[in-house]
Amino acid sequence: MATLNEGELDGAQALIKTLSDLGVEYVFGYSGGAALPMFDALETVESNIKFVLTRHEQGATHMADGYARATGKPGVVLVTSGPGAGNTITGIMTAQMDSVPMIILSGQQVTWMLGKDAFQEADIFGITIPIVKHNYLVRETNDLPKVAREAFHIATTGRPGPVLIDVPKNVSQSPFTGDLDAEIDLPGYKPEEAMDIESSSLEAAARLINLAKKPVILAGHGAMISGAEAELMELANRTESPVTSTLLGKGVFPESHPLSVGMLGMHGTAYANKAICECDLLINVGSRFDDRIIGQADKFCAQAKIIHFEIDNAEVGKMIVPDVAVVGDAKVALTQLLPMIEQADHADWLEHINGYKKKFPLGYKKQGGLRMQQVLDDIYELTDGEAIITTDVGQHQMWAAQFYLNNASFKWISSGGAGTMGFGFPAAIGAQFACPDETVIAVAGDGGFQMTLCEIATAVIHKLPIKILVLNNHYLGMVRQWQELFFDNRESGVDLEGNPDFVKLAESYGCKGINIKRPADVKKKLQEALDYNEGPVLINAECVKTDNVFPMIPAGAALEDMLIEPPKNKMAKPVGST
Amino acid sequence: MSRTITTSDKKPAARADIIGGHTLSMFVNNKPGVLMRICQIFARRAYNIDSLVVSQGRDPQFSRLTLGISGDPAGLPQIILQCDKLIDVIHCYEHTPDDSVVRELALVKIVVEGGERRTELLQIVEHFGGKTVDLNESSMIIRIEGASDKVDAAIRLMNSYEIIETVRTGKVVMARGEQAT
Repeated sequence: MATLNEGELDGAQALIKTLSDLGVEYVFGYSGGAALPMFDALETVESNIKFVLTRHEQGATHMADGYARATGKPGVVLVTSGPGAGNTITGIMTAQMDSVPMIILSGQQVTWMLGKDAFQEADIFGITIPIVKHNYLVRETNDLPKVAREAFHIATTGRPGPVLIDVPKNVSQSPFTGDLDAEIDLPGYKPEEAMDIESSSLEAAARLINLAKKPVILAGHGAMISGAEAELMELANRTESPVTSTLLGKGVFPESHPLSVGMLGMHGTAYANKAICECDLLINVGSRFDDRIIGQADKFCAQAKIIHFEIDNAEVGKMIVPDVAVVGDAKVALTQLLPMIEQADHADWLEHINGYKKKFPLGYKKQGGLRMQQVLDDIYELTDGEAIITTDVGQHQMWAAQFYLNNASFKWISSGGAGTMGFGFPAAIGAQFACPDETVIAVAGDGGFQMTLCEIATAVIHKLPIKILVLNNHYLGMVRQWQELFFDNRESGVDLEGNPDFVKLAESYGCKGINIKRPADVKKKLQEALDYNEGPVLINAECVKTDNVFPMIPAGAALEDMLIEPPKNKMAKPVGST
Repeated sequence: MSRTITTSDKKPAARADIIGGHTLSMFVNNKPGVLMRICQIFARRAYNIDSLVVSQGRDPQFSRLTLGISGDPAGLPQIILQCDKLIDVIHCYEHTPDDSVVRELALVKIVVEGGERRTELLQIVEHFGGKTVDLNESSMIIRIEGASDKVDAAIRLMNSYEIIETVRTGKVVMARGEQAT
């Protein structure tokens, strides 16, 4: 290997310099042998990049994810080879499923040892192919800046996603003699085409919209990513449509707006699902028709025409075949569509839907112990719905989605497609780094929180004032709910006996801890947590053990088969996925 | 003198009911790993790759792929879009025999000891426009080329001889007229 001359950069330094030029503020990661040159470059290259040492690589990926979802900018992860890279898999998959821009830099064994089972060698390039938007194994030092630029371009344009760059140690520590500003070269990638909307598709969409008597707008993550909030509002007002959103679309249309019917799907509101079942036109803006929202595909909106605004051509017709597909960026498409849309009068339709809102409101029992719904309802009230909420996966997530209404984009951060337990708390760390002045609340169950709780240390070190809300029922509640409803209440693998004392655990890290046991104490204790800003605070809320989330559409069932309350008779096992 | 030849190719059993039998052509970056990305998409959706031809393009920065695949035809248009979405894929098209020229080459190694049998075999070879590319006292290698069904037909006729093995290139396709492949 050539040695470095005076004033010369090595590959790792060229890479870090490029990241700095690309505007990277934070790198989340964990060091290790094969990544040594990159870690050294963080020290030797003058830049604004701040490195955050996590306690586990999975935590680093979720932090980068939370950072990205709170800002729209890519989150950056730096890990070593082998197990270091392997531990990022769940986080990369989570980002890919939810279209989150992320750059993962992984150290790798030296090139001449690849494929020889060298120490800490893993073919992370091959392993991650199905869970990334794109990936690289860099074999030439001089390619590093170009690859980094390409990776950022790919991660952040079109439908965003994670890009992994695997960097062998000899590649990162060899002298860099190339061009730091080398142009990207991606002949097979043309995201600019998304800005060019087929005018005939817009005309066809406008015709259907102007004819509709009972339209519903479905707002997804894509609408948020493209920044189409204003256009969506205009479309809703002009078409007088109820607006429902997906889990990831929460906030792109204000949920406290009179036209909002909240989230749809498996645990969506009854009125959103009823609106879907009765509409004559569904206008989907930026959702990929995930199986959680469509249930039984051939019955989904069978009575209605469907328009699908979609940036990713490969999503059109994958789950639901639309009557009109408008392929491209949602904001650009809606902007060009709006002049063709007439002001509608759908007062009867809106009144009909409002009837459902009154008849089937979301609610919960106020007696019989502390309920997760109350804690979430109270924290919504205390924060005026303005906090950034991150969640884990399970019952608490669905209740948070139901009871914490979002009125702005980028304030609801939840693992949707992947359903990753352990996501919420590290994602909150990333979001708090991104938005130091915002209130960030990590809502977690006792199960998921224990998967990544080691990151309390990371939050404490950086004095991040995150509110960690552990809704503790000593159960894997969502699975237990399914066992109760569909498996004769046979509990299997769901009892989390052996939970630690979360408050003592937090205190052992130097984190403030608060216990909530009685419903009457909730507001006071939550306020105490909200007022504490010296560092993170963990609130352990001891909740009713066996509560169930309703409404519920059993997996694979049609939306019209929604259960609004607990069923009286034994249910057949769901035919759908999970 | 006894002689044993292990035949690696068994005579084909009745062909499983293949749905479709589609030919895709892709123009891709000529880089390691590109084929992995493509194959994973087909494997995940339970498509089988029946034939695969990869070669460098005129510009060595690119490669040309021809894939013969079978599986549920209903999902295919979406899978083509999924392949097209790969950063390394410049374009991906499906071709039918009507809009394209399909060619394939096969080498067939056959045991022929009697002179009479050999003459008969050579007549078959001649009929299909094939050529003898290797010949010795106990066997010969025959080259057949053409559309895949013609190659199939030739091999079917040769089945009455003792075939030691066959090697087929897999089909290559080119769109007719000025249409891009």
